[in-house]
Amino acid sequence: MTTRNPGMTTHTPDTQTYDVEAVNAAGRRQPLYAPRKKIFPKRASGRFRKFKWLVMLITLTIYYVTPWLRWDRGPFAPDQAVLVDLANRRFYFFFIEIWPQEFYYVAGMLVMAGIGLFLVTSTVGRAWCGYACPQTVWVDLFLAVERFIEGDRNARIKLDAGKWTADKLMKRTAKHATWLVIGILTGGAWIFYFADAPTLLADVVTLQAPLVAYATIALLTATTYTFGGLLREQVCTYMCPWPRIQGAMLDEHSLTVTYNDWRGEPRSRHAKRAAAEGKPVGDCVDCNACVVVCPMGIDIRDGQQLECITCALCIDACDDVMTRLGKEQGLISYATLSDYNRNMALATGSGKVVQPSRVRNPVTGKLVDAIKRTNWRSVIHPRTIVYLVGWIAIGLAMVTALALRTPLSLNVLHDRNPLYVELRDGSVRNGYDVKVLNMAPEMREVELRLDGLPGSTISLVDGGSETAGSLTFTLEPDKVLPVRLYVRVGPESLPASQMPFQIVVSDEAAGITRSVESTFEVPEKRK
Amino acid sequence: MSDKDVDQVTGVETTGHEWDGIKELNNPLPRWWLWTFYGSIIFSIGYTIAFPAWPMISSATTGVLGYSSRADLHADVAAARAAQGGMLEAVTTTPVADIVKDDGLARFARAGGESLYKVYCSQCHGTGATGSVGYPNLNDDEWIWGGTIDQVYATIAHGARSPTDQDTHFNDMPAFGTDGMLTAEDIDRVAKQVASLSGMEGGEATPEGEQLFADNCAGCHAEDGAGMVDVGAPSLNDKVWLYEGTLAALREQIALPRHGVMPAWGARLGDAAVKQLAVYVHGLGGGQ
Repeated sequence: MTTRNPGMTTHTPDTQTYDVEAVNAAGRRQPLYAPRKKIFPKRASGRFRKFKWLVMLITLTIYYVTPWLRWDRGPFAPDQAVLVDLANRRFYFFFIEIWPQEFYYVAGMLVMAGIGLFLVTSTVGRAWCGYACPQTVWVDLFLAVERFIEGDRNARIKLDAGKWTADKLMKRTAKHATWLVIGILTGGAWIFYFADAPTLLADVVTLQAPLVAYATIALLTATTYTFGGLLREQVCTYMCPWPRIQGAMLDEHSLTVTYNDWRGEPRSRHAKRAAAEGKPVGDCVDCNACVVVCPMGIDIRDGQQLECITCALCIDACDDVMTRLGKEQGLISYATLSDYNRNMALATGSGKVVQPSRVRNPVTGKLVDAIKRTNWRSVIHPRTIVYLVGWIAIGLAMVTALALRTPLSLNVLHDRNPLYVELRDGSVRNGYDVKVLNMAPEMREVELRLDGLPGSTISLVDGGSETAGSLTFTLEPDKVLPVRLYVRVGPESLPASQMPFQIVVSDEAAGITRSVESTFEVPEKRK
Repeated sequence: MSDKDVDQVTGVETTGHEWDGIKELNNPLPRWWLWTFYGSIIFSIGYTIAFPAWPMISSATTGVLGYSSRADLHADVAAARAAQGGMLEAVTTTPVADIVKDDGLARFARAGGESLYKVYCSQCHGTGATGSVGYPNLNDDEWIWGGTIDQVYATIAHGARSPTDQDTHFNDMPAFGTDGMLTAEDIDRVAKQVASLSGMEGGEATPEGEQLFADNCAGCHAEDGAGMVDVGAPSLNDKVWLYEGTLAALREQIALPRHGVMPAWGARLGDAAVKQLAVYVHGLGGGQ
């Protein structure tokens, strides 16, 4: 072989070659994404399945019904119980009405949601993922539709593998059409949170709703159909950051769905024969019932894993099998890692292999009392208590803030340019932009006066006479009244320097008074 | 051409480019990149057909969609006009004194006046309308040519000493010093007399000063120094001064008066704009 630069490739005694391989050497490169394997979850039945139906019923009911609830707020405000009024920048939640500057309530809710997530995850693991996450709820719903139309696991596998017959075409069309309808209803329900639901429904049906309504429905239909129907477990495994975050929240005292291999191993499909031969036998009969019901398509017996959303359907499946075999339930169960480790230590002794005889009564075959069974006490430890206390404290603070909140608010902005104006008679005038917020859906009569600025008079822009007393305003319901306020102090009572004082607004009828501190600026040379 | 040169470590063909023994591998482009690149090319062809793109000799291709940024601007301006909902027309037809009385119209005019002020007036009168030496503060209650809404309107429309407007405000205070009408001592006396009217530091009322004031100043500035709006003679008995409120400035102004000039805006901006400006300035706090 001829080389263009012999000096570089010829080995001389000075150079050394290394026995090394690139980490991504061409021969062993993996594709970035594993090809997707089709999952056909089998229908499970049991207490967790019942609980999941219940959660689905409750969450979907809340989602679909909430916009239709009415709440009377009088003639000047919408009567929808929950309404995000983007156009008028108001958020209504039953008896609460929030203005944009009160966004801290939303921030507080987000903080509570965050700490609530910590609390729930550190106690009961990924309960959010398994029961309440919209992705889980909708996938469950879509799977129910699929099962209803195409049949359970085996029928679906057969259908999927089979040729495209008229029957398959019909079933598939029916399934996707139903999914699309659910998607449309999902997107359709969403928009009712942002406008008066009955009006908007009529507008949508008669094609008179704004374009953004249809765009929102289209977008949410697409995402619901794609995520719930087509992508399903791929969303949880690849798209969602939640599992990573939640995984970091777990500790050895958190409940996770656990395969108790300390009683399951060694697993055997021929348990009776193996027992007769005197071999050690665990409770697991390797029936794979836990795998076929899993909506994520994983085997929980491989241990805790990222894909597991802890929906506990494998517990239902396994409990069913155990009951039929006349064994104690809970081969797969909610358990904490610390309990599991204790039981593992008991079962393995000094060795590394599970010995079924160490955890069973030799006479009855029942599990020994030394087994640590996870109960609700297992999850109570300092960390969960700290989260709980923090969560309650923020909740109480928000409730208190809401209770003490007044529906009258006041913003004052002192003029920056000019800070002050000197007048002919030597008096000084300051200008203020005052905003009086009437945050209730009712008319209101308020008085505006100054406190702590002797010798001052107030007037409005082009608003006639000055007064040393107070000005009266009528506030429209649920509106902001901007007031351009001029404050004048005569030469005889002029303060020597910048003077703080209060601008006070009071509603005598409602007994509400709000005041804001501002300053009266004077020319420096008078100091 | 030469034979294929394959890099032995990676097993990838090289491009044949070599720098100091370092060879460039001929790895294929990432496919997503390549297709994005092809897609961009296809898109750009459609784009140059649809939109103005190719420069020709005198202009450029116009594009089949007929888009132009100028038309866009006109549409935006028309939309903004429409959004005003006829308010501007109402301002045009309503006398300025009545605009102030109409709450909605006044708010519209004030907002429009504020932005006009920032463009045309702030250079001399300041962004806060506080003026500076020689440029009146528009916030206070001292008005050389009158502070009613109609007077403010007239001043903005016709200006002061504007060479382009027949109806402009005009006056001409004599240069008592440079024209030799008063001696330096008399100027000092009358300056002190004027300063005493408003209690300015250094002011001193004397019989001579009083006589000098009566003979030379009271004709325009009135006997008590209150000034006279009709001739634009500023009041001398208050705390607001156009040219600094010091004795030295007073002497200077008596000896050789400075005469400010303000353009007449009526012909330049149109009546509606002047009305909005008048409402804004009148509403700054000192309007009468």
